[in-house]
Amino acid sequence: MRKIYIKEEVCIGCGLCEVYCQLQHASVHDLIKAFKKRGPRPLARARVEAKGNISFSVRCRNCEEPQCVYACLTGAITRDIETGMITVDEEKCIGCCTCMLVCPLGAIKQDKEHKKMIKCDFCQGEETPACVANCPNEALYCAECDSVNKEVPAKSPSPF
Amino acid sequence: MDKIEKIKYLIIGNSAGGIGAVEAIREADKTGTITVVSDEPFPVYSRPLISDFLAGKRTIDQLNYRAIDFYEQNDIKTIFGNRVTELNLDDNIVLLESGQKLAWDKLLLATGGTPIVPPMEGREAGGVFTFTTLADAIAIDDYIRQKPDANAVVIGGGLIGVSVTESLLKRRVKVTIIEMKERILNVILDNKTSYMEHKAVKDCGADIITGHTVSKINSNTHGEVYGVTLDNGDVISCGMVIIAIGVRPRLELVNNTDIKVNRGIAVDKHMQTSVPGIYACGDVAEAFDFIYGENRLTPVWPNAYLGGRTAGLNMAGKATDYPGGTNINSMKYFGIYIVSAGTISAPDKSYQELIAEHNDVYKKLILKDGLVTGMIFSGEVDRAGIIYNLMKDRVNVESFKQSLISDDMGLLSLPETVWRNRLATVPPVNGVDCAVS
Ligand SMILES: Cc1cc2nc3c(=O)[nH]c(=O)nc-3n(C[C@H](O)[C@H](O)[C@H](O)COP(=O)(O)OP(=O)(O)OC[C@H]3O[C@@H](n4cnc5c(N)ncnc54)[C@H](O)[C@@H]3O)c2cc1C
Repeated sequence: MRKIYIKEEVCIGCGLCEVYCQLQHASVHDLIKAFKKRGPRPLARARVEAKGNISFSVRCRNCEEPQCVYACLTGAITRDIETGMITVDEEKCIGCCTCMLVCPLGAIKQDKEHKKMIKCDFCQGEETPACVANCPNEALYCAECDSVNKEVPAKSPSPF
Repeated sequence: MDKIEKIKYLIIGNSAGGIGAVEAIREADKTGTITVVSDEPFPVYSRPLISDFLAGKRTIDQLNYRAIDFYEQNDIKTIFGNRVTELNLDDNIVLLESGQKLAWDKLLLATGGTPIVPPMEGREAGGVFTFTTLADAIAIDDYIRQKPDANAVVIGGGLIGVSVTESLLKRRVKVTIIEMKERILNVILDNKTSYMEHKAVKDCGADIITGHTVSKINSNTHGEVYGVTLDNGDVISCGMVIIAIGVRPRLELVNNTDIKVNRGIAVDKHMQTSVPGIYACGDVAEAFDFIYGENRLTPVWPNAYLGGRTAGLNMAGKATDYPGGTNINSMKYFGIYIVSAGTISAPDKSYQELIAEHNDVYKKLILKDGLVTGMIFSGEVDRAGIIYNLMKDRVNVESFKQSLISDDMGLLSLPETVWRNRLATVPPVNGVDCAVS
């Protein structure tokens, strides 16, 4: 499956990944309109964390053992067998936040307005997700990795 | 003698635990025969969602936990609407209510819980219900349609009681909750948050009576409920009663067998019972609770699924330890979002409570010897999982505990080794293949 990887050593914490994620998920694809004019701001599914000179951008990494899938009360969160992606079925989601309570990265967010849970959806099938495409420092990249259920090393050699 | 069909994986119970198991079995064994038996007539549905059905927010079909062709896709045989009445451990055979017999190679008991109904007078009257199955919700729905003016008394102010109350209010049924303890939701919430819920329930028009129990359900000569009498002699008139005191493990099949039972079925870290080849999970089993460091009942959906998953992997020959669970709850009753896990208040002086409170946000951690043993977040629950996993991984947080209740809590609030570990993932195959500048 394809994954988004982070290169923490070149991330400057500028937050553009968040901005372009918001824009991608807004009803209008114009920055000014999306942020200033049309109702509540769209929510970002990526989050930049920064402390001192460390910074990185966090989003769902489609865990091998996805606790959110196991915990979901309604069956809304499942893994797409084709892509390996963890997805939230909005029809089924009741916004109960159980998935959020078990996610080790804090990568699932509550959309209070629509009473749903939201997470990175890889910009719904885009070849290059908006956060990756708009990272000025190439601190984000995507790559193929061995998909779930195939033999994969238990621990990655490097976190990134 | 009749030939008895032998099934490689026999699963009793078609809910969180049973489905967790069959999904895991199919990951490890694509062809071994699986049969799922349930005395409920429905394909797997989300039990917590029966309240949405009763509230009129979802149809029966919209409660389905898996796609309609789930069983077919996974080559699973189903026997629904049929109860297992007996286990024969000598020959590995179950007997069904229909008279049918099935032999197993590996057996999973995912029989869940049954509602607790105290032996009080009047409990068999018409208009008295429990609220743990879709059939219960359908029965209450029918009753409300017939008697739209009936008021309800809900006995028990726990999760199920509050859940049914919310649904009944949406159906414009007047509700009185009777809670024996001093406050509602007392098992999963602390004073502060339970008061928030108390107020929200009342604001929506329900009455709450705490510190009392129902000693008798009053019914007329037609056997229809017309009220309840409390332990102090007070009488409340009502047209229906919902008994929502809680559930206990459904042990009818294992009582008087060699399978070891404490409060629930005892299991090891593979979710195997004291009898080899027989596994148990979910509300019926006592699985490992990482907060208490011992096996306990933790009757919540995520733990049932995870216990089922662990059992399934082991049944299919893939040795896997149960990662452990604890009581976790996420609530959104009456529009208030609260998540809680583990110990909800400091049980004694050896525990410490850390609290942050502002506007509508309330965050509390309970700590002992540097370990987080419990948490409650309300108002703002984003990223709560970062802390829940510290509880689960038993990380000593003494040196950074204060940052965990701050507004900007994140992975970088944790020590570097911990956050690096969390971010670790499967490495790319060919290094970078797309980065656009
Ligand atoms: C109203 C309500 C709200 C809830 N809300 C939440 C919530 O918000 N969050 C949460 O985490 N949990 C919640 N729960 C709890 C959650 O539903 C349970 O923890 C979970 O369903 C347990 O799953 P299980 O597979 O162990 O058993 P169950 O779901 O109880 O299923 C067991 C199945 O086995 C069948 N069975 C038992 N014995 C036999 C037999 N002898 N023969 C044939 N079939 C048999 C039963 O009929 C049943 O279908 C709620 C429960 C209720 C009732």
